[in-house]
Parts: sequence; structure tokens; C-alpha cells
Amino acid sequence: MTALLVAFLVSTIAAATPLLLAATGELVVEKVGVLNLGVEGMMLAGAIAGFATANETGITSLGVLAAMIAGLALSLLFAVISLTLQANQTATGLALTIFGRGFSALVGAGYVGIPAPTLPKIHLPVLSDIPVLGPVIFGHDILVYLSLAILAVVAWCIRSTHLGLILRAVGDSHDAAHALGYAVVPIRYAAVAFGGALAGLAGAYMSLAYTPLWAQDMTAGRGWVAVALVTFSAWRPFWLLIGAWFFGALMYLSLYVQALGVAVPSALLSAVPYIGTVVVLVLISRDARRIRLHRPAMLGRPFQARV
Amino acid sequence: MLKIESRGYESRFWRYASPVLALLLTGATSGLIFMAMGRPAGLTVYTFLIAPLLQQDGFEALAVKAAPLIMMGVGLSLAYRANVWNIGTDGQFTLGAICGGGLALAFPDAPSYVIFPAMVVAGILGGMLNGGLVAWLRIRFNANEILTSLMFAYITQYLLVYLVTGPWRDPQGFGFPQTALFSDDALAPRLIEDTNVHIGILLAPLIAIGLWFMLEKSLLGFQFRVLGQATRAARFAGFRENRLVWIAMLISGGLAGLAGLLEVTGTLGQLTTTLSPGYGFTAIIVAFLGRLNPLGVIPAGLLLALTYLGGDAAQINLGLPNAVTGIFQGILLFYLLGCDILLLNRFRWVPSHAKAAR
Repeated sequence: MTALLVAFLVSTIAAATPLLLAATGELVVEKVGVLNLGVEGMMLAGAIAGFATANETGITSLGVLAAMIAGLALSLLFAVISLTLQANQTATGLALTIFGRGFSALVGAGYVGIPAPTLPKIHLPVLSDIPVLGPVIFGHDILVYLSLAILAVVAWCIRSTHLGLILRAVGDSHDAAHALGYAVVPIRYAAVAFGGALAGLAGAYMSLAYTPLWAQDMTAGRGWVAVALVTFSAWRPFWLLIGAWFFGALMYLSLYVQALGVAVPSALLSAVPYIGTVVVLVLISRDARRIRLHRPAMLGRPFQARV
Repeated sequence: MLKIESRGYESRFWRYASPVLALLLTGATSGLIFMAMGRPAGLTVYTFLIAPLLQQDGFEALAVKAAPLIMMGVGLSLAYRANVWNIGTDGQFTLGAICGGGLALAFPDAPSYVIFPAMVVAGILGGMLNGGLVAWLRIRFNANEILTSLMFAYITQYLLVYLVTGPWRDPQGFGFPQTALFSDDALAPRLIEDTNVHIGILLAPLIAIGLWFMLEKSLLGFQFRVLGQATRAARFAGFRENRLVWIAMLISGGLAGLAGLLEVTGTLGQLTTTLSPGYGFTAIIVAFLGRLNPLGVIPAGLLLALTYLGGDAAQINLGLPNAVTGIFQGILLFYLLGCDILLLNRFRWVPSHAKAAR
């Protein structure tokens, strides 16, 4: 029983990590009033960039770095078209997802079915050997801790720093922020780039730690779940963590029950996380007033400075 | 520095020139990408965009690929006009194919004049069911249709996998994940004997023309356009927003379902684990390339169909992975959206000292 519980908690945290990384990035992007629906594409680009680099160089950390750069580069493409050229953000985000899928499939064609160095799990002398708590708290790879640290920093930054105030001002009223002298478009560029780097990092986690392999479309909609998580959390970092763990648990359980050989067909169990996403979205969105209250007011609106 | 300056009006010229410019830029950019991959750029672009048409039956293959894209693109252009972001047409396509195909499997001996029309109705209803569910969740529960429609695409895909690997698997199929072949009577009527040129190729442009009339010439179409461009104005005018969302999702879903039904009865002849080679996302590009105008969707559908044939040709002749199609499509949508800034704005060179003086 204890072993099952440990396996459940460890796997849930692992499954939640890519969701948490990508969603934290998207949270910052949406906080400044930009809706980037290209998370799935950036994750895939990060996954293949990280996998290919780690495979060619044999150095996992270089792979992680390459993944962040790939996600960031793609997000800048989005920024140029939606922020500078003021195209519809929804459509541009979709274009980014389509491009990222094609790009990753093209680059990844030569990497199917070969192994890459895996991100090692840390092992602290005494601490990691504590029963139950050891593996659950002290037995993960470095990206798991990094994802939590990033979330904590983002939460603190948004809530209680001057920078956070500026970000929120840009997202809630870009005209007012502009009038106060803040450079709306460059701030949005920076936020989008941050979101891109984190989506790339989430991709690296998929291809270097979670399932250390490359397969076409391996993120399987996790980028979209991350976007849904931001809405679920009502743009509050703490709830992002709860949501990521919830979906991590759902993903683990759907795999676990399949492995048990229960009579329910595996294809239907695989659909459970997606059904869960719909159900949670419905439950959360039902209260339209609450969503409107928390939602950055300028979300998805283009900004053009009137000189 | 280069400055973006408002024209103050919408340029008629760029309304039509901007997609053309986007196409040229896409061609040039993909040429550069091929060069970076160590391929001769000219030959690759030629193989990708021109060679497929020169093949025997090239135009027939193009029409067969284009028909579902046009049907789905037309539905999307209507929905996007009203700011209803249905991005899960793959799911509606698949559910249409499942519902129609299920009828064919259940009644293998039914005569063609009964079974095929019944399958068409089932296909459309299947797509509408999927789309209608999305509309209902948005209207009743305020759930974002972008996310729900896409999630339904994944769910429907798993439903398909379940059916063709489980209860609907062909008992004589040597364990392959596929259903039995439909009876000949359940296949889409052909326009040319012994080819894949099926009735959908005729239907697609007719649907496009029909919806163009609806969108441009009817009160309902006017309401769609106002809702998309000025939501508040539409509310003040008393247009019923929820009703328009319903109609947009039912039409785009139903057309995708019809496309799915025609794809399985027109080219595949059975259900397998993958029915749509990414038509759902491609149809989004078709809608935008067609300027969200049903008539524009026809040439746009033909062009995007060409990128599928080109991807196959590049794979066979040049050994490129056919993921090239996805890159090409993504770049095209980027340029399409980016070039539209020229509609309302122009670029002007402003010397930097002039800016300082101002």
C-alpha cells in the first residue's frame, strides 16, 4: 500500500511538472493581456530541440538550454506578428501551434526510436532515504524543483513587487499603462518570451525526463491543458499548482488503471484527462462574473499607441 | 527607422494583394528552409507545388483532397466571422465518419438509395452533435469553445481508436485495427467511374456558394458579420448572440461531419484509426487564406490540398519527411496574418533624427 501511494505521488508530481512549467509561462503572458495559444507548438519545438541537442552532444543540460531557446525563438515569432503587426492573437497562436508541430516532426524525423541521455534524479544522502517522504519530496530531477521555484518567484513577483504592478497594469489597462510612460509593447514582448522559454522547458521535461524519447506529437495536447489550467486557476499562481497536480494525478491514474488490466478499454481510459479538462473548464467557467473579475481586462486585445 | 502608420481607410488593393504577397513570401521562406537543410531550393519548391499537378490524375487527386478542406473551411469562415473559435473540426469530422460509417457496418445489405442518404444524414448529425455540445457548453456554462472543441477532438479520436480496435474491428481483418470494408452500396457515388472522384467534389463548391449567399445577402449573415466586428452593436441591435453561436457551431460542425462521412465513403471505404491527416488545423488556414469568405475558401482549399500532395511527392521523390507540409502551412498562416497589417496601415521610413526633433 505504501509503495502504491509513493508511486502515485511521485508519478503525479512528474506528470504535473510539464503542465506546471508551461502554465506558469502562459500565466505571465496572459497577465500582461496577451493570449498565446501556441503553447503546444512551443512545447513540441522545445521537446525536439532538447532531445536532439542532448543526443548530439551527450550533455543533458545543453539540451535543456536548447529547448528554452527554441521555445523562446518561436514565441518571438508570435510576438512580431501579433504585437508589432497586430494580427489576431487567437489565429496567430494557432499558426504557432501548427508551425511547431510541423517543425518538430521535420527535425525529429531522424530521432525516432533512439535513446538520449536522461535527466538524472537527485539523491541527497540521508534525506532521499526517508521512507515515503524521501522519494516523494527529495527524489525528483532538478526540473521538478525548478518548476516549483519558478512558480514561487512568479507568484511573489506578481503579487508584491513593483514589476508585478507594472505587468498587471499593462494587462488590465494598456492605455493607462502607456499614458504613465510604460512601454506596453516591449513589456509584452518580454512576457511572451518568458512564456516561450518556459514552454520550451516544459517540452524538454517531456523528452528528457518524463518519457526520454522523441515521438511525433509527443506532448499529446498538454500545451492546451496548460492553457486551460490558466483559466482554471483564475490567473492565480497557487491554484495553478493545485490544477497541475490534479491533472497530473488524472494522467497517472489513466495510465495506471490501463496497466492493471481493468476491463475498461485502454483507448477510453486515455480520453479521461481530456474529458477531465472539459469538466473542470465547465465547472470553473460557470460563474461568468468570477472569471470576469479575475481575467486581465485587455486579454487578447491589440494595442496601438495613439501618439 | 521603419514606422507603421495608419492609412485611415481600408486599402482595396491590399485586400486582394495581401494573400498573394503572403504566398510569395511563404514560397521564398520555405525555399530558404530547404536550402538550410541542404536541398536545392528551386527543385524542392517545384516538387512541392508544381510536380503533383503534372502527374497523371493530378487534378483529380487535388479535387479529392480539396473537397473536405473546402467544406470545413466554409463552415469555419462563417464561425470565425462571428468570433466563434471552433478549432476542433477534426473531432466533428471524425464523429461524422463514425456515425455514418457505423450505419454502413450495421446494415451491409441495405440498398444504396436507402443506406447512403441515411449515412449522409448520420454524418451531418454526428458533426452537429459534437459542434452542438461545444456551443451548449459555451452558452450554458460560459466554457471557452477554443479549448472545449479541441478537447473533444482528442476525445473523439480515442473513441474512434476504441471502436476500430474493439467492438467494430473486422473479424476477418487479421487483427489489423480497422473495420470491415463498407458494401459497395454504402460508398459515395462517383462522378467518374473507377476513380476516387466522388460526389463531394461537386458538393463542396455548391455549399460554398450557398453559404456565401447566406452570409452576404441575408439578414442572418448580416447578424453574423456584425456580431464578429462589433459585439456591443450587435447586442444593442437586439441580435440574439446565443442563437448565432448555436448556428455557427451547428453549421461548421455539420459540414465537418459531412466532410468526414464523404472521406470514409469516398476514399477509404472503411474506418481506420486515423481518418483525418490534420484536416482540422489545415481548414483553419483555408478559412483565413480565403479571407473568411466562402467563395475565397474554394481556391484556398485547392491550394492547401496541393500542400498535402506536395508533401507526399517530396517524401517519395526527395526523401523529405512529409511533415514539410505542416511547416509550409504554419508559415503560410503566419504570413497571411502578418501581411494583413497592410490593409489598414502602411510602412514609412522615418529618419531617426526626425523622430528626435518631434
